[in-house]
Amino acid sequence: MAIDWFPLWLSLRVAVLSTALSVAIGLWIAYLLANRDFRGKEVLDAAVTLPLVLPPTVLGYYLLVVIGRASPLGELWEKMFGSPLVFTWKAAVVAAFLHSFPLLVKFSRAAFEGVDRNYERAARNLGASEWRLFWRVTLPLARRPIYAAAALAFARSLGDFGVTLMVAGNIPGRTQTMAVAIYDAVESGNTAVARTLVLVISAVALIILTFANRLSPAVVKPR
Amino acid sequence: MIQARLKKTFPPAPDFAGFSLDLDFQAAAGVTVLFGPSGSGKTLTLDSIAGFVRPDEGRILLDDAILFDGPSRVHLPAQARNCGYVFQHYALFPHMTLRQNLAFAAERRPRLERHRRVNEMLERFHLQDAAGQRPHELSGGQRQRCSIARALIGAPKLLLLDEPEQGLDAPLRSELYEILRQVRAEFKTPMLLVTHDLEECFELGDQMLVLREGRIVQSGTPRKVLDQPLNVDVANLLGAFNLLAGEIRTLDPGRNRSRVQIGEYEFDGPYFPGRLKGDRVMVCVRPEQLKASQRNGRPGPNQMPAELKRAVEKPQWMRLEFSGGIAVDLPRAEYERQRENKEWVIEFPPDSLRVV
Repeated sequence: MAIDWFPLWLSLRVAVLSTALSVAIGLWIAYLLANRDFRGKEVLDAAVTLPLVLPPTVLGYYLLVVIGRASPLGELWEKMFGSPLVFTWKAAVVAAFLHSFPLLVKFSRAAFEGVDRNYERAARNLGASEWRLFWRVTLPLARRPIYAAAALAFARSLGDFGVTLMVAGNIPGRTQTMAVAIYDAVESGNTAVARTLVLVISAVALIILTFANRLSPAVVKPR
Repeated sequence: MIQARLKKTFPPAPDFAGFSLDLDFQAAAGVTVLFGPSGSGKTLTLDSIAGFVRPDEGRILLDDAILFDGPSRVHLPAQARNCGYVFQHYALFPHMTLRQNLAFAAERRPRLERHRRVNEMLERFHLQDAAGQRPHELSGGQRQRCSIARALIGAPKLLLLDEPEQGLDAPLRSELYEILRQVRAEFKTPMLLVTHDLEECFELGDQMLVLREGRIVQSGTPRKVLDQPLNVDVANLLGAFNLLAGEIRTLDPGRNRSRVQIGEYEFDGPYFPGRLKGDRVMVCVRPEQLKASQRNGRPGPNQMPAELKRAVEKPQWMRLEFSGGIAVDLPRAEYERQRENKEWVIEFPPDSLRVV
């Protein structure tokens, strides 16, 4: 039984990139939701949570509309990089991002909200700009639960199947992630391969979740 | 010098009775105490001055700077207000060492000067040895000094202190008072101190503002306020008063005398300005100004008989609780001499009587 390990390697790469993307974008949204009052705040929160509850096919359809070859975004991508975005491993990153992003925002918002208000007041009172307040006070104080949120987002990116299949397809050696490869193996009766891949991905997810659990309870207590 | 005129209203909600703050005061050098029960708007006042809360109307002036002005919609951000703030429980950044906490507060200064200021503050507040430690590794006293040093490092024009004595045990409290006295002497920064501790008022306060339900009900030096509470509410807030219903019988401004009837007894008292003969008043006397002794036949002048209900041990005296709800504080030795008394009289020295 020869197992092709490419899907595992691809899944990890996709998960790392999509988590990085989630953190880069999600932290700001989470910070806004936790610290600012503005109109439509709860609508934004709901919109961000939407991917968590919609069927993967719906998300995949949206993505195809937004980044497909006929869409403005897709055209722009093709003009800039010379090849379409859909049905490449990069599209798998976008899919995994969409899948994991809501989780990251939800948990990071809670992490930011868990920081005692008085630390932020003290920082402002001492003349710190909002920018410095974020980087020097709020983020370091919320750091552990945010690591935990990122770990969860990573694990979830690893597990995406439906959206990936719709926008990145199932091209062995190019866009076939772990989840898709397992589906493929089962369909073609390769139960031994499927079993191994299932055990490997379960073990990876278990390790990540254990790591996340060890981080999350230790929120910095206000004193 | 801080001048503040503030209004802020929180409309009632199903689970909230509503609250309105309406103050007008000023405070110059020295310590001005905002004294009042919890929920009287003390912290809200500090937060409005510091810029954490936006008042509905009013005007806040710190020296020549306008921090807030309702009509012209000026509302400086907290960063630009130049007010030091010592938070309840200090709010020292737990992920920074003590030195970093101080440096954070001086970050807008040039590097060399920042370094010099931090070292100067560490030295001044005896924190050099602890400079590399995080807040949770420090003793209570060090944390306290660090929070005050951090608030002062930017040379603020005003220092706001929000119940700094909360949760401190007695030795730390006296240490705090010592530091604040030192700050008052060395920094000349006016201080606005929030507290509901009368003892702290007297230890530190040059002036005191008594707050109740968002209003200033009385102001003056602590001694003056305690000597003559303006009304029953203030007397109750200050605690430690006997309040007895009475009626003014005679008033003699020439000899600074009056006579007041309480129950079936008449007492000599001082002249009460602004009162009329026949006024029904509350007579208010502090327990430590009363005397209690063995009854010998008819009560003498300014004495009334009373039945001892209970003697309560206090750290520095004995509190005797009599029928009619009158409390008398006696020094321990005095009580020991009299503990066999069967019947008691309470004596009201004429100068101790106040009416509200």
